[in-house]
Amino acid sequence: MLLSYLKIAWKVLLRRKFFTFISLFGISFTLMILLVVYALYDHTVGPHTPEKKVDRLLFVNRATVSFKNDNGSNNGTISYSFLERYVRPLRTPEKISISSYFGPTAAYVGNQKLDVDLKYTDGQFWEVLDFDFVEGRPYTVAEVQSGAHVAVINERTCRAYFGTTRGVLGKTIETDRVRYRVIGVVKDVPGMRFNSYADMWAPISTSTQDAKDPSYFGDCMAIIQARTPADLAAIQAEFNRVIDQVPVPDPKKHEKVHVYAGTLLSSTVRWFNNNSTPDDGVADLMGKVALVTLLFMLLPALNLINVNVSRILERSSEIGVRKAFGATAGTLIRQFLVENVFLTLLGGLLGLVLAGVVLHLIDSSGFIPYTTLTLNPRIFAGGLLLSLLFGVLSGVYPAYKMSKLQAVQALKGGRN
Amino acid sequence: MNATTLFSAPTAAPSTRATAFQPVIELRSIEKVYQTKTIETVALNHVNLVIHKGEFVSIMGPSGCGKSTLLSIMGLLDEPTAGVVEIEGRAVQSYSDKELAALRNHKIGFVFQSYHLINDLSVLDNVELPLLYRPGVSGKERRERAYAALDKVGLSARTNHFPGQLSGGQRQRVAIARALAGRPELILADEPTGNLDSVMGEEIMELLLGLNRDEGTTIVMVTHDEQQALKTQRLIRFFDGSQVS
Repeated sequence: MLLSYLKIAWKVLLRRKFFTFISLFGISFTLMILLVVYALYDHTVGPHTPEKKVDRLLFVNRATVSFKNDNGSNNGTISYSFLERYVRPLRTPEKISISSYFGPTAAYVGNQKLDVDLKYTDGQFWEVLDFDFVEGRPYTVAEVQSGAHVAVINERTCRAYFGTTRGVLGKTIETDRVRYRVIGVVKDVPGMRFNSYADMWAPISTSTQDAKDPSYFGDCMAIIQARTPADLAAIQAEFNRVIDQVPVPDPKKHEKVHVYAGTLLSSTVRWFNNNSTPDDGVADLMGKVALVTLLFMLLPALNLINVNVSRILERSSEIGVRKAFGATAGTLIRQFLVENVFLTLLGGLLGLVLAGVVLHLIDSSGFIPYTTLTLNPRIFAGGLLLSLLFGVLSGVYPAYKMSKLQAVQALKGGRN
Repeated sequence: MNATTLFSAPTAAPSTRATAFQPVIELRSIEKVYQTKTIETVALNHVNLVIHKGEFVSIMGPSGCGKSTLLSIMGLLDEPTAGVVEIEGRAVQSYSDKELAALRNHKIGFVFQSYHLINDLSVLDNVELPLLYRPGVSGKERRERAYAALDKVGLSARTNHFPGQLSGGQRQRVAIARALAGRPELILADEPTGNLDSVMGEEIMELLLGLNRDEGTTIVMVTHDEQQALKTQRLIRFFDGSQVS
């Protein structure tokens, strides 16, 4: 029976080419937008290299010091000394890494300037994150402590500076007039992964920043690794207890220090919202995203409903015949839903292809450094799910209307 | 004459097979009224009718006299405003949509004036249609029965054609094969030759007569053609919603 439904669905699509085009375009375009947005989301907060074990990581990347009497607040990235003093001693995490944010430096290849984003890290950074090494190794905790001028560089920098991505270990790279010995080359990290992204990574002990500066604000962040995902809550509880005890810089002016350890999604949302309240805003954002998605999907769904209802009248003879020969209302609803799901899956497939093209264009535009937005299985599954939702959404009402058509009226080709 | 005759013996072209005088369908005091805000139209007025197994009955009357409405009610496609429809001795007015659909599927085959074939399906797929809604019939069995039905109407060479590729007479043969595929007790034919020229109409009529004569299929046919009606075993005339003879 399914085969018969699919045959009919295919013929109906071919019979009304214009309507089919309009329907498919609506579905595929909407899905394409949703898939591109989802790909960006997944690329930013999903488990990708080097933040593969994202379900075991917490990120501490902003601090806020609020003023008394609701008089505003200061906020910004955190100093190395603050993280060393209050975060490093935490007992519940498995590992803790402190690193700087990436900053621009300049290297020269002949007379050609090469922009190199440099990030200073501790030795644990390489244990907490999972970089893909093309060759060489990361620097160790001992090398960081000894202030060794060693560096790990990405493939793009390696190619641009040395003209190759292989056999550069032991060679020297000079940025901002500081010379580093290359000990490792890693695959490029997308710019959207701002907790780990850089062109070059060097021991934090080689930074010119004053590690003992007592200010709460600086240019550092911490990445905390739990033993298991279940440990995250306990780590956050300990973290919050410690932060509650942090003295304000100036008791006369300041009221409280706010720092949060959040998941990648939570810390990213908090970062973009510049949010210093205990609520990270993820639930609110997700609610809004769901609403916008629903509204966005509603338009082609309404279009499909409209097209489908008019198609019903064209097919009233078929409905009448099917009823006359024993089809129940339920059977007809199933048939029409199958047809609709078939149409939307086709639209979904087209949407996936379009999304693939758009993602490729984004990747190759260089708009976001080293971005490799691809249609991975998660996104493909999301697309299929959305297609099915579409099919059901736009098929239920027309199918119900069709099933209510009386056989006698349907055979006469009229409205019920 | 008012429509009070419950049954009359065959009046023309007696069947070569003895009818079993077993009622296939019985209508008692059937009324059908179409009601709009301003007008009430009586389509059927107190109709009593019994169709027996193996009969070939034709119904005649002027346009709008209610004969097609009567056929729809007999085929369980429409509900009477009042009265009782019995199929093989069981009143069906309390049946659910699902039960009525099953009854139509097993007991009744339809042949329409304008064929009502599904143009997007092949001849074979069209003929298989009634069996699609019959649980337990395998795809293989469906095919076999559809082929057999097409063979009976002489169209076994056209199985992969589409309705648009056939003549009117051939389309009606496909429609008859579709009605036969489910092996129903009763075939209801609503002006089956109405859209055909006289030669093709004659062919279709011969086919229906043969089915009745050779297979014992019970047929009720609405027609405007008196010549064809006279070939059937019983002729019922309608006028203004009532049976007049």
